[in-house]
Amino acid sequence: MAIELHPLEQFKIEPWIPLHIGGIDASFTNSALFMIASVIVASCLIILGARKRALVPSRWQSVAEISYEFIAGMIDENVGHEGREYFSFIFTLFIFILLGNLLGLIPYGFTFTSHIIVTFAMAGVVFIGVTIIGLARHGFHFLSLFVPHGVPPVLLLLLVPIEVLSYFIRPFTLSIRLFANMMAGHTMLAIFAGFVVGMGIFGFIPLGVDVLLIFLELLVAALQAYVFTILTCLYLRDAIHLH
Amino acid sequence: MNEREKNDPLRELGERLDKARASNQPAPVKPGESTSSALAFGWRIGIELIGAIIVATFIGWAFDRWLGTRPWGIVIFFFLGIAAGMINVFRAVKGLGMAIGYRKDQQTKGSAGNWDDDED
Repeated sequence: MAIELHPLEQFKIEPWIPLHIGGIDASFTNSALFMIASVIVASCLIILGARKRALVPSRWQSVAEISYEFIAGMIDENVGHEGREYFSFIFTLFIFILLGNLLGLIPYGFTFTSHIIVTFAMAGVVFIGVTIIGLARHGFHFLSLFVPHGVPPVLLLLLVPIEVLSYFIRPFTLSIRLFANMMAGHTMLAIFAGFVVGMGIFGFIPLGVDVLLIFLELLVAALQAYVFTILTCLYLRDAIHLH
Repeated sequence: MNEREKNDPLRELGERLDKARASNQPAPVKPGESTSSALAFGWRIGIELIGAIIVATFIGWAFDRWLGTRPWGIVIFFFLGIAAGMINVFRAVKGLGMAIGYRKDQQTKGSAGNWDDDED
């Protein structure tokens, strides 16, 4: 009873429409397809949902309204009212990640957030953007972020490098967190799914585990989108309200 | 006139709108005091310590390759990574957010000398 498991095969990028521009492989892949799908679903949800502008919202309109209010509340709470300027970016980020995670849970789907380069690109944009916002708002005073207040000068020699380091670690932890959670979850699902046929009559046991895991993964998908967004808010707060 | 005001449904709506707007204002919002669920908080912390160590060690390794100072870059950055990870976790747990620098906390709580006092 040989059980063949390929739990990592699901993360393979497959170029569907090969496209090479100046030596750069810009093929249209399954990953790109799901990114576009995520954008389209998000746009439909918001545009169609808000189209009627009914005083008493329909089901779809209330989905759009709830997500708007959720992010608006998150920004008010974590950044302050100035953070509203960046609402559109944070909202887009949240919806994009959330839909990426959720669409990836559809069987035979592809989870683009399970690739570290995707999450790192997003975290990098957040990191660079926040740094630019901080520098634009405070000029070189922004660098005082790295100097803890009320510390003996001798300790500064040690603490400033640590502060700088922990600042530059941000994009890495931000991206690793999302990527690792998505990848681990999907690998786990695939491993248990691989046992279902191989175990014959007892296959219902791993099947049951998978059913439970799907619920966990739904939770993780929403939670990780939330965590990514709230950390973006916290980084933004640091840049706007310099301590 | 009085009667008209009373019966004017728009007036009442206006009052309710004003009330809603007032509650929408961010007046008492204290940044950093987030009501995020404990679960999300746990997820956030998890990777912080490990990530800091891995990334710092990698930076040390890159320095070594660049400057040929093996093994000092890895050694120094490994310990810096541990320190940074610890500090980040500590701050997150203490509710300082992911703040870098202690200044804000001291101003609000007025415990400016705390770090020095502890040494005595």
